[in-house]
Amino acid sequence: MTTTFPFEAETDSDQLKTVGTGAVRIDGVDKISGAAEFVDDIDFGPGLLHAAIVESPHAYARIVSIDTTEAEEAKGVVRVVTGEDFPYKFGMYMEDRYIFAQDHVRFVGEQVAGVIARSHRQAVQAAKLIKVEYEVLEPLLDPKSAVAEDANLIHPDLDDYAHVPWFFPKADTNIAHWRKIRKGDTEKAFAEADFVLEDTYTVPRYAHCAIEPHVTVSRLDHADRLTVWTASQSPHTQRHLFAEALAPLGFTHKDVRVITPYVGGGFGGKAGVSMEILGAAMATLVKGRPVKLRFTREQEFYNTYQRQGVVAELKVGVMNDGTITAVDHKLFWDAGAYVEYGANVVNAAGLSATGPYRVPNISNDSLCIYTNLPPGGPYRGFGYSEFHFGLESHMDRIAEAIGMDPVDFRRKNAIQEGDELSYGAHMNPSGMIEAIDKVAAAIEWGVEEETDNPNTVMSKGIACFWKAPAMPPNASSASFLKFNEDGSLNITVSGMELGQGYLTVMAQIASEILTVPVEKIRVETPDTDRNPYEWQTVASHVTWSSGLAVEKAAIEARAKIFDVIHQVYGFEDESLYLENEAVRCSTDPEFVKPLRDFVIDGIQTEEGTWRGGPIIASGKFMPEFTNANSDPETGQGGHPNVHYTVGCTGVVTEIDRDTGRVWVRKAALAVDAGRAINPDLVKGQIVGGLVQGLATVLYEDMRFDEDGKLLNPNFTDYKIPTAFDIPDEVVPIIVEVPQPDGPFGARGVGEHTMIAAAPVIANAVYNAFGTRIKSMPVTQEKIAMALLEKGSG
Amino acid sequence: MEFTVKVNGERWDIDAAPADVLLDVLREKIGVKSPKIGCERGDCGSCTILLDGKTVRSCLVLAVEVDGQEITTVEGIGYEGLSQLQDLFISNNAFQCGFCAPAIVLSATELLDSNPNPTRHDVQEALAGNLCRCTGYEPIIEAVLAAAEGGAK
Ligand code: FES
Ligand code: FES
Repeated sequence: MTTTFPFEAETDSDQLKTVGTGAVRIDGVDKISGAAEFVDDIDFGPGLLHAAIVESPHAYARIVSIDTTEAEEAKGVVRVVTGEDFPYKFGMYMEDRYIFAQDHVRFVGEQVAGVIARSHRQAVQAAKLIKVEYEVLEPLLDPKSAVAEDANLIHPDLDDYAHVPWFFPKADTNIAHWRKIRKGDTEKAFAEADFVLEDTYTVPRYAHCAIEPHVTVSRLDHADRLTVWTASQSPHTQRHLFAEALAPLGFTHKDVRVITPYVGGGFGGKAGVSMEILGAAMATLVKGRPVKLRFTREQEFYNTYQRQGVVAELKVGVMNDGTITAVDHKLFWDAGAYVEYGANVVNAAGLSATGPYRVPNISNDSLCIYTNLPPGGPYRGFGYSEFHFGLESHMDRIAEAIGMDPVDFRRKNAIQEGDELSYGAHMNPSGMIEAIDKVAAAIEWGVEEETDNPNTVMSKGIACFWKAPAMPPNASSASFLKFNEDGSLNITVSGMELGQGYLTVMAQIASEILTVPVEKIRVETPDTDRNPYEWQTVASHVTWSSGLAVEKAAIEARAKIFDVIHQVYGFEDESLYLENEAVRCSTDPEFVKPLRDFVIDGIQTEEGTWRGGPIIASGKFMPEFTNANSDPETGQGGHPNVHYTVGCTGVVTEIDRDTGRVWVRKAALAVDAGRAINPDLVKGQIVGGLVQGLATVLYEDMRFDEDGKLLNPNFTDYKIPTAFDIPDEVVPIIVEVPQPDGPFGARGVGEHTMIAAAPVIANAVYNAFGTRIKSMPVTQEKIAMALLEKGSG
Repeated sequence: MEFTVKVNGERWDIDAAPADVLLDVLREKIGVKSPKIGCERGDCGSCTILLDGKTVRSCLVLAVEVDGQEITTVEGIGYEGLSQLQDLFISNNAFQCGFCAPAIVLSATELLDSNPNPTRHDVQEALAGNLCRCTGYEPIIEAVLAAAEGGAK
């Protein structure tokens, strides 16, 4: 059985001109010339005020008192702000946060108060003068102790929190959400399996490390309109959450405007609302004055979203022929002090924790557990990178145990179109096996590599991945399109150009339909007053969803163009087509009407009157086949995910047997893009995402002390890759099994490219030395220690 | 304190406090915004400028120290039209979000000025002080190598 798609997009694409080409990015000159304006680059004149934040030094404490008198009198100070000014809750999927802490602080770095001053330096100085008295409480710093019977409750009022209907919080515990999947009969399947492997894998927290820090400038003008310029992936979602949180002050959506110029990297860290609400709220207290809040690199690490840690208990049963019969995956997430966004990471992982395999009997438990660490949240891969580490390590181990080649084992179980998913819906068309085969071929799987270096060992690894966009079932996108006098186009959308090339891809889609060259199309970054709605630029969904909205707008514009021609010349619409920016007619080969001749001024009829006028169009897309209603105890009954993107990663590594140093000599990554609207940009996602993924396994992790304080909040101690820390060679492979409802068959690839990077290294390390490392990261030290212990040296 | 500096060929007479950091003065007093604030402690390289032809991290330099010197940023490099290197950055997709790009162009320009035939390793070394979280560096390295070959690519 296959899923039916109510909306089948224009995929008749034998003759594509722009889609499928490496069109030059339309933001290229902006960004390479220095013209590209980021939030921090915008001038606000002499009235600009600066904000600084006072933060909790404790992981868990009761606020006894706050004394702001000295700060208020400090030089340059305009206003001091505390939780009393804004006793309002907010949250993306669950309202469990306050703008500034109220009576308790729940992680080191939580915002307790703020200062607005005339200069940045004055704000920072005055913030130091605010005296906060705390009663320190015992923090819970790991998920397993937070779910112990007698654990303190981090959120005693959990039961009262508003949340989306697909979350299932457990009152009087620290479990904010428990996603359960029960399918088939796992107990029976394990009993009947020829081989069962059970083990635990751990993954620490990670930081996004976009090079541009979070920054926001907010201004309440004298007409009570609040405008927020922000480095964000989510302009409309931010406007919505600002308007809702600040509604007690009298704001409606109309009064709040969010403008998002170019953003210097997001990776999920600039999705939803984090520090931006501090700036927005503070600005409401100093009418007429713009207020800038820019996080330092340190704050960036400890008080924006972090990727959550997880303890994964995995049990998989197989038959001797290699058929997977059962998976039991328990994921204990260290979700942090507030889970308003992070709980949906937990949900997404729970829905898909079998990985890209056909599994008849499933028991998944994904637990969102409050801890006294910084709030977890979205990070490229959205829970999938985390559980794939254990899952894809496990797959190799099982294959070895039953004497099967890991590539053959994965091929045998690879999920296919029509296979039933864990929640009962069916898998979309996908090129899983093609991806595996192409990666295996690219790294010459099965062929031994030689090295002249007696100290090093060559080895190979392979790992697969999948991921679905995680979003509300009705997350939607919209677009406006207008022609200009010369036949050029302006398109407005509200997806964000994060660097992935979104603006260019939207231009290519419109170009394909309207035959206007990409160079003549401007696609604007969002301003919520002017650009139409987009839920957020996350989940790798904008090529698909916003792409469909642009496709529909272009189709509507084309229909309007044909209608004008029909009115004036009488040709039937069906006989008309566009070619090289002109209307042509299949029944009259002589007929050519260039768009620039009429898309604004219309066409003059024989009697001298005019028809037509400015061609404008709009398009929207909302998936209408999804729903998030499912049985809380089994997860069955809904259709929460729109589709999955699948793929495979392989590496050839050289590892030093003394130092444990890993060199990735070659990496190959195949991802099923459905259709690559712009193959060059897809390759950019493959290389960039792979390197970001390799960093999580080889170099990075967040270290906290026993009091919950982050020990490495800077690039000296949290090392992200430099130009030296990359594979010698990356082979990007694009698989194209079209997505029936995607624009020209496209589906997203942005996050997927980092998902299998961690297990592929763990597998290569095992294949080199027979040493299985079950906790991330797999650093040089860890490998060297493991080899020492093993005495293999 | 008053001092004089040339920025992208223009002379500026600036009045700054002794503790003012060059990066802030460039961005706020001179209005040159391509050097970016990424870490303010010398780790990320996004504030890189050319000072008398040599790359420095402007977040680590006091403004008054550059009295009498000449600063070039990417606005100056591409003023008369993009340089060949900049064009190659575009055609190689050597940036995504673009936040790191102005600084990386300067590091690569300095390299090519002093070493017209760099190896891959030379390029990696020249760029090692500039963090890029988006591209995985590979396309940047390829763009610089292509520029060294005369942009034949
Ligand atoms: S801002 Fe100067 S090195 Fe990061
Ligand atoms: S392009 Fe985004 S940091 Fe380099």
